[in-house]
Amino acid sequence: MNAAELKKGERAKINHVEFNELQNKLIEMGCFEGNEIEMLYVAPLGDPIAFDINGYILGLRKEEARLIQVIKI
Amino acid sequence: MIGNPNSGKTTLFNALTGLNQKISNLPGTTIEKKTGHFVIDYHVVQITDLPGTYSIHPKGEDELISIEYLLNFKKHEIDVILFVADASNLSRNLLLYTQVADLGFPTVLALNMIDSAERKGITLNVENLSKELGVIVCPINAREEKGLEKLKDTLLKVDSAHQTTFFESSNIESYTIRHQQHNDYYHYLKSHLHHIRQQDQEKIDSNSRDISAETIARYKKIDKIVESVQVKNTRAKNLTQRIDRILLHPIYGFLTFFTTLFIIFQFIFKVAEYPMIWIETIFSTISENIKQALPDSMLSSLLADGIIPGIGGVLVFLPQIVLLFTMLAVLEDSGYMTRVSFITDRLMRKFGLNGKSVVPLIGGMACAIPSIMATRNIENKKDRLITILVTPLMSCSARLPVYTLLVSLLLIDKGDSWFDPRGLILLGMYLLGFIAALLFAFIFKLILKQKHKSFFVLELPDYRKPRLKNIILTVKDKASDFVFNAGKIILMVSVVLWFMASYGPGNRFEDIEMKYSKYTGADRETKIQSEKLEASYAGVLGKTIEPAIKPLGYDWKIGIALITSLAAREVFVGTIATIYSVGDADDEKSLSQVLSEQKRMDTGKPLYSYATILSLLVFYAFAMQCFSTLAVTYRETKSMKWPVVQVTYMTGFAYLASLIVYQTLS
Repeated sequence: MNAAELKKGERAKINHVEFNELQNKLIEMGCFEGNEIEMLYVAPLGDPIAFDINGYILGLRKEEARLIQVIKI
Repeated sequence: MIGNPNSGKTTLFNALTGLNQKISNLPGTTIEKKTGHFVIDYHVVQITDLPGTYSIHPKGEDELISIEYLLNFKKHEIDVILFVADASNLSRNLLLYTQVADLGFPTVLALNMIDSAERKGITLNVENLSKELGVIVCPINAREEKGLEKLKDTLLKVDSAHQTTFFESSNIESYTIRHQQHNDYYHYLKSHLHHIRQQDQEKIDSNSRDISAETIARYKKIDKIVESVQVKNTRAKNLTQRIDRILLHPIYGFLTFFTTLFIIFQFIFKVAEYPMIWIETIFSTISENIKQALPDSMLSSLLADGIIPGIGGVLVFLPQIVLLFTMLAVLEDSGYMTRVSFITDRLMRKFGLNGKSVVPLIGGMACAIPSIMATRNIENKKDRLITILVTPLMSCSARLPVYTLLVSLLLIDKGDSWFDPRGLILLGMYLLGFIAALLFAFIFKLILKQKHKSFFVLELPDYRKPRLKNIILTVKDKASDFVFNAGKIILMVSVVLWFMASYGPGNRFEDIEMKYSKYTGADRETKIQSEKLEASYAGVLGKTIEPAIKPLGYDWKIGIALITSLAAREVFVGTIATIYSVGDADDEKSLSQVLSEQKRMDTGKPLYSYATILSLLVFYAFAMQCFSTLAVTYRETKSMKWPVVQVTYMTGFAYLASLIVYQTLS
């Protein structure tokens, strides 16, 4: 599943980021295999989404979050 | 100085340099570079700070220019790289650190925000970290200015780069002349930048794959190190999370957001009024005194009526600029601004705007000048440009006197009824500006091309108490930037306009004086002023453009007012009062009375008919008439192109809209 599908409070382990223009940016920001990700808040209208990634909060648009493949813990 | 955004870099820079700093731009760009100096043991240390970044591999044009700037330094030109890291986010901060360390310059790692880390339940063993990284680590608290002396001492002592490399880079092209001084990673980076500049897509793609592999490899090493020096107490709830529960709450979040906007608006609208009136009073007093002190001459008039009011016209913007930027600085420094972007992103995106566009747009309802300056904190180039282009459509406070006059003229026959529609019509005008702004933002979104797709990917940092020092330095910088750059242009234009309104071709001015030399009526002065205005260059220009504005329902007298209000929209009211010899422009009732009695030259019907008034309202809502705005747009975009675009699209649209309104209603 991808990160956009996580529900509030759900935690997961990141598997990989799909190949895309944004891939490197996301990896830099800590989206790589092994790191934990938790869905924290959603903006009104469902987009963007705020995740806790390995200890800090990262806001991502739904289309950006979809690029991150995760495995639920 | 290098580090992540939100790592406290700016706070440290301010703590070290205080007032000994200046903000400039990387040549030919809008990228800010801060330079400053401070003293350690009689050594003067010069320090340069570039915008924060997460990785040394650039994403987008701005980061590209920044990193190129860094890599253009010769080895000996940089003594030390001061790396600032956020202890509560060690892993991610160390990515950039290991990249910078691999460049081969002597480096010092300032570990900031340890208190923040502790509140998150993180304890760090600084000595072990130092050993593992092979670099001197200075724990500091930039906010409370702790640990700075030790840091300064360390900066003086460091003279060699550490030996270990974090990443072995292969694939180094031989196109770059291998400077003996620089090492492998430096050349590896340089070749990447070269491919980007050459737009060699194949190489860029393969580099991209190398970069992801490199980043993952680095993180593997980093995470091992972090694990050995860090102890984390999981699930320690910190203040930020508790605050975000409210501020990012679907209902309370919105409430706080709108309240914040309302407060900002009230400040720049109401609170700024007082100092603005003081400034206006001071300058008109100076002007009066000069006129009394000096003999009548062109020079004294230039000084008293041109330059002094011109300078006053620049300084009068300062209260709004100071207030707006103080509030913005508080929002940014506290961390709340990112939440604003988070909440509004979805809506703003539809119109080619950015979450951060909200503040300039709201501010534009008071005045576009500080608002356009405030767009500097929008990182995305296209979003920033669109915000700059459409902000002036928001009905600013200068339009209010014009609206008030026209609306009272509109309702002059209505008498006193129980329902005063004035407020409603004014509200309608504000709405009109708002809708136009969104409309054109959408159009520009479609028209303007963008090199790279914009992304959101935004860190929401911990909440912090805004630091007074940071705020004061930011505001001081913005204010002086305005006064000395845009201010020059505004002053020049106001002097030109003064000249055009005060002097006329030929001897007409003397003829008018002679004509009224025997006149003893109480309204002598106002009559003279009125005829002089008609005979001035502005008057001539007004008559010249009459054919063009006739289809909109205007005559040359209105034409003159349109021209003089280029100095400032509210000048329209004063000019109209002068043209019709109404002594006191502030007496709304008598001015509208006189206006309603004006008849058209050709048909004898009332000049200020519904059609004309509405056409004027629409024109003032949309037209770009504020030269000061254009000056600021020029300054913020560093190009003549965009002010020209603003004038063209806004005034063009205003013309069209007024034309349609007038022709339909008459």
